[in-house]
Amino acid sequence: MMSKTWQKPLLAVLLALAIIFPMFAANDYYIYVMSLAYIMAIAAVGLNLILGYTGQLNLAHAGFMAIGAYTVGILTVDYGVPYWVAFVIAGLLSAVIGFFAGLLSLRLKGHFFSIFTLCVGFMIYLIIEKWDTLTHGTVGIIDIPAPTGIGPIRFDNTWSQYYLVLFFLVVSLWLMSRIVHSLLGRAFIAIRNGEDLAETLGINLMRTKVLAFVLSTFYAGMAGALYAGFVRFIGPAMALESHTFDMIAFILVGGIGTLFGPLLGAILLTWLTQSLQFLQDFRMIVFGPLLILLVMYFPQGLIGYWRERQARRAAASMQDRRLQRSVIGSQQEVGTNA
Amino acid sequence: MLEIQGLTKRFGGLTAVRDVTTTFEKNRINAIIGPNGAGKTTFFNLVSGYHKPTTGRIIFDGQDVTGLRPDQVATLGVARTFQSTTLFDKATVLDNLIVGHRLRTTSTFWDVVLNTRRLKEDEHRCRAKAEEVLDFVGLSSVAHHLAADISQEERKRVAFALALATDPKIVLLDEPAGGVNPEETLGLAELIRKMIRKGLTVCLIEHKMDMIMSLADKIVVLDHGEMIAEGTPAQIRSDQRVIEAYLGADYAAA
Repeated sequence: MMSKTWQKPLLAVLLALAIIFPMFAANDYYIYVMSLAYIMAIAAVGLNLILGYTGQLNLAHAGFMAIGAYTVGILTVDYGVPYWVAFVIAGLLSAVIGFFAGLLSLRLKGHFFSIFTLCVGFMIYLIIEKWDTLTHGTVGIIDIPAPTGIGPIRFDNTWSQYYLVLFFLVVSLWLMSRIVHSLLGRAFIAIRNGEDLAETLGINLMRTKVLAFVLSTFYAGMAGALYAGFVRFIGPAMALESHTFDMIAFILVGGIGTLFGPLLGAILLTWLTQSLQFLQDFRMIVFGPLLILLVMYFPQGLIGYWRERQARRAAASMQDRRLQRSVIGSQQEVGTNA
Repeated sequence: MLEIQGLTKRFGGLTAVRDVTTTFEKNRINAIIGPNGAGKTTFFNLVSGYHKPTTGRIIFDGQDVTGLRPDQVATLGVARTFQSTTLFDKATVLDNLIVGHRLRTTSTFWDVVLNTRRLKEDEHRCRAKAEEVLDFVGLSSVAHHLAADISQEERKRVAFALALATDPKIVLLDEPAGGVNPEETLGLAELIRKMIRKGLTVCLIEHKMDMIMSLADKIVVLDHGEMIAEGTPAQIRSDQRVIEAYLGADYAAA
């Protein structure tokens, strides 16, 4: 559907740019900010699966990211579990909790689902904040160990952690690409387009939606686990819905329902926030109008806008070729269409 | 093929469908007509599983399907179209159709992760099916157009194609010729006949009486949720109750 010939080279160039980025960064702080953007992108890619592809606005997404982060924090700091073991458990636990939360909340549709998940997210926040003995309460968890080295590779400095995060980002995007371009992805998209029609086509709504929900919470959990090992301090506020809204902003800016939209949005908005840091809270005065303009002129986000142009051009060229071919056979074609 | 026994659906105090008993024969064109609000679409919703009947039974192909979910009913071979079809406008027509055959495939999430042969075969089969049904409804020429760019009549045909992609035994068409011009209506009627020649059974709701009278083998007339008549077009045309409730005196004279 898109011109695939130059898609692969473009991806290779982007990956190469990401790989050489630390060498050109002025200082370690830039590498740190970029790594953080990648982690947020992984979470946003997950949210995009349930929001952008399946059409269900889950406002508890930051809560599931917090579950992943706290799983790593609690297991490594209080129980001495090795980082990577905790990392795997974090992903699985988020997905398991996501399964039950999804089973319950996906009984509701549209706005009701969103409001319900808003409450689920807040419950996760409250549990983290109030359950001192397990989660350290409002104090948060400090001194979370950095990811332990694998073989000769160590993850104790910003550079190596950048590459670790980049690795997981690439894996996340690769897996998401598989999912959304498969028959399963088509089933998700069919649900977004119209639940009634999707059901008529024999798609089991509940099962398919729960699967999308679980996958998205798994992504959130993994992103949270990476976050814990990278920032090495976590507090209950990370479960708040304002972080979900940050991720929604990434998705809207980059392109809802596109593979790379969440990543582009995460990078752009993270750097924009950084460069407006000197304005402190007044940066929202710049931020707000920018977002409004974007939604007005690029409602599909930047990549969505670009994709639509591509698709239209491809369709037009197909049509041209067909017209040229059918000049002679036009009578025949009219005959079969009538 | 499709047997309806004492079907009733109440929404609170409103009885949308009241004690309807009828049968739809295999490989025939069956039409449901009646004034607005007669319960025609509710009837379709009951048969395709969107509503659970208050009382009554629905037997499809000798199997009791009463109370099954829409996706289960679809898997058994009941396809339907809606008055308006929600397509993914930013994808091509062909892309929109591929998911239609998903219910006949078996690949799971793990096939997707591992990119197994089964998944590739399933995807190949779905694409082939999409091309086949698109050809059947005469839309091969717009396969690569964006769904946003096709005409209303082509949209109707795509809706047919989606229904056909599920490999159904019976197709329920809700106002297939709604919003298209008389010439295009003839084309759609011909397409419905083509579906019968292929061995399908059709059941349709329609307001265009000329189309119904020339097309249908059997007509069921609903009024205020009740079946007031059933029979051949000739019988329906001369039925006094139908004339009063729906057709009007003019049509009877014609």
